[in-house]
Amino acid sequence: MGIDRRKFVKLAGLTVLGFAGAKPGGVFSQETPAADTASTAPPSGEPTAPLEGKRWAMIVDVRKCMQNPDCHACSDACHLTHNVPDFGNPKDEIKWIWKESFHHAFHEQGHEHLEERMLHTKLPVLCNHCDNPPCVKVCPTQATWRREKDGIVMMDWHRCIGCRYCVVACPYGSRSFNWRDPRPFIKEIQPDFPTRTRGVVEKCTFCEERLSRGQLPACVEACEHGALKFGDLEDPDSEVRAILRENYTIRRKPALGTQPEIYYIV
Amino acid sequence: MIEKALTGNRGYWSWVAVLLVFIGIGFLCYLRQYNTGLTVTGLSRDVTWGFYIAQFTFLVGVAASAVMVVLPYYLHNYKDFGKITILGEFVAIGAVIMCVTFIFVDLGQAFRGFNLFLHPTPHSLMFWDTVALGGYLMLNVIISQVTLGAERKGIAPPRWIRPIIILSIPWAVSIHTVTAFLYAGLAARPFWLTAILAPRFLASAFAVGPALLILFCLILRRFTRFDAGDKPIQKLGVIVTYAMVVNVFFILMEIFTAFYSDIPEHVLHFQYMFVGIEGATTLAPWMWVSVLAALVSLIMLLVPSIRANTKWLAVACVVVFVSLWIDKGLGLVIAGFVPSPLGTITEYWPTWTEFGISVGIYAMGALIISVLYKVVLSVRGQVEVKKYKGVEMARETAGNAYGS
Amino acid sequence: MHDGGKVIIGLIIFLALITFPLWYNVATGKAGYVPELEKATDGPCVRDTIYMKANHMDLLNDWRDEVVRSGDRFYQHADLGRVEKSLSNTCLSCHENKDKFCDRCHDYMGVEPYCWDCHIIPKELTYGN
Repeated sequence: MGIDRRKFVKLAGLTVLGFAGAKPGGVFSQETPAADTASTAPPSGEPTAPLEGKRWAMIVDVRKCMQNPDCHACSDACHLTHNVPDFGNPKDEIKWIWKESFHHAFHEQGHEHLEERMLHTKLPVLCNHCDNPPCVKVCPTQATWRREKDGIVMMDWHRCIGCRYCVVACPYGSRSFNWRDPRPFIKEIQPDFPTRTRGVVEKCTFCEERLSRGQLPACVEACEHGALKFGDLEDPDSEVRAILRENYTIRRKPALGTQPEIYYIV
Repeated sequence: MIEKALTGNRGYWSWVAVLLVFIGIGFLCYLRQYNTGLTVTGLSRDVTWGFYIAQFTFLVGVAASAVMVVLPYYLHNYKDFGKITILGEFVAIGAVIMCVTFIFVDLGQAFRGFNLFLHPTPHSLMFWDTVALGGYLMLNVIISQVTLGAERKGIAPPRWIRPIIILSIPWAVSIHTVTAFLYAGLAARPFWLTAILAPRFLASAFAVGPALLILFCLILRRFTRFDAGDKPIQKLGVIVTYAMVVNVFFILMEIFTAFYSDIPEHVLHFQYMFVGIEGATTLAPWMWVSVLAALVSLIMLLVPSIRANTKWLAVACVVVFVSLWIDKGLGLVIAGFVPSPLGTITEYWPTWTEFGISVGIYAMGALIISVLYKVVLSVRGQVEVKKYKGVEMARETAGNAYGS
Repeated sequence: MHDGGKVIIGLIIFLALITFPLWYNVATGKAGYVPELEKATDGPCVRDTIYMKANHMDLLNDWRDEVVRSGDRFYQHADLGRVEKSLSNTCLSCHENKDKFCDRCHDYMGVEPYCWDCHIIPKELTYGN
């Protein structure tokens, strides 16, 4: 190699300065990064400007999931990227994003005569990154909190004492607890993201570590059918705002006042 | 005064030895849990709180035993409770220490517990519960230490202790209220999201605390020279009766609201408790035992001739204890998780490890209370010997260091 | 004093035992031992060696708070350009062998930082574990 690490990093630093002038929401009007099969690979050394938004949200197009009932690329990508263990039993199970039936995901909406295709569909559910999160309200150590700058409900695995109050308080069942040491149960450890230790609660963090590197969340990138869209609600020109203007969307358990930020096009 | 717990007869030491054995078993079970993780319990992704938190919730109620004697004695000068306020305070101390220990063994990262104080979080009820319970423990330690110390010297306690004792009354109410708020403020759990939860907690606490105190007084009467007297015991019996009536009434209110409104997310939890859902029926038999016990205890307590009979009163207290232990412990906690917010049914039952740890903690609480009771009995034994010059006299039934 | 001889002998034995850690290492010539640390595969480090020897744990704590709680993952270094505040990705990219670097001093001092429960040591990864 003709270039050594130090020179490369210097060059990259200059590139970052160049990108710093880019318009924040404008990143989404560009093509999303090529969704190659290694999209879940650890971020390369090449630094990019972080994705910046004031209120991140996600839109799930359930119609596209309906057309691909056997697809679970989103949860595979997420669980791989974030070293989520697989214990092989529902008691100890940890999941950040997974597919649920309509009846479970929208529990108060289900009825006997649901349309056929919905009866057999499973759709992805994850942490809703609520604007008014009950889990944040109850955490006694602020190990989970809502980030002012972008609305992500974040986890601090150094501080969590494992009381599981947040798990109890979440109306969506988005949170999992490490009932035992997860390391032996991770099939393919990704070295650039830490594992967690037993005794702490974990959940989706909207891939904040990827956002800071200018990458979209792993699930969004891995979805080959464009069912997942991610963007900044505070940016009126963002893709997510456009979709919300043109489609009827529902959210899970809206009556509880949590203001979830995952919208579903059914 | 604690040195008085280090001398005792054979009965005392045998009892201590038995408790130490159970504490040892509990400790070994805890080592297993510490090494492997909370997976050794029956808890799961859907049922995240179980036996430990159930015991914690129940024992917060037991800690009320102090306020139910302190209030009449200090606020209304009900002299008959004079000899037993200290017994109630010691039960409160033992109960609060057990509560804290149950939380400790339930935490995933217990040794990070200090984060609760490093990062105080006023919007979290768990923070306030820590403050309330810690404060209540300190109050009871100070009050019992000062009043018993004064009694030992044969003088009246210092005047500054009185406002602290008065403070312990609303503080006792607060520990139950805050613990109920832990549950009652959760939008995610409609079974607990009810304004009557805190009143229910208080009513059941005022039933269980005095019931336990009656049993302790009767045990002391049987095995030691201490006799609280029939009058205080009967008065406590009346308190238990009223509290149990109110408690059952509150539960019936809950059942009406759920079943008459017929809203599934309310009905289903009660259905699971008493009948089961989709074949999941583990909790149902226990709840019916609790209901039966509540009815039996109510009959025994409401019929004056039965309540006046000390033996039957003791039985009624045991039945009250069993009924409320099931209802406020496992019943309340587990039914809140079945069905889950997504409508799934996951059952829970404690494992042997969980049970072993819990028995160990109860043994530890019993040891604390036994040691403290031994201290107070020895202190009073001193006072008695001084007054009656070593001659075995009739059991002391009235009067106290306050000269009443 | 009574049994004066026994008391003095007892005191001398006690003093010898209590000061054991101090004189034993000098007596056996181990007092001069300094753990030998493997050199980094690349340089320079984000901070100078003197600072790191005394304060690397504080630096890591600061990084942890800045990354996790403030979401502030990168910073501009005068010589190295953009640096990621990461133990696994930055520190261990040059100090690849934890057992020949980190562990040397930690074992000698009897310190067991539990960072490794979660933070991965890239070189020690074997797939399929």
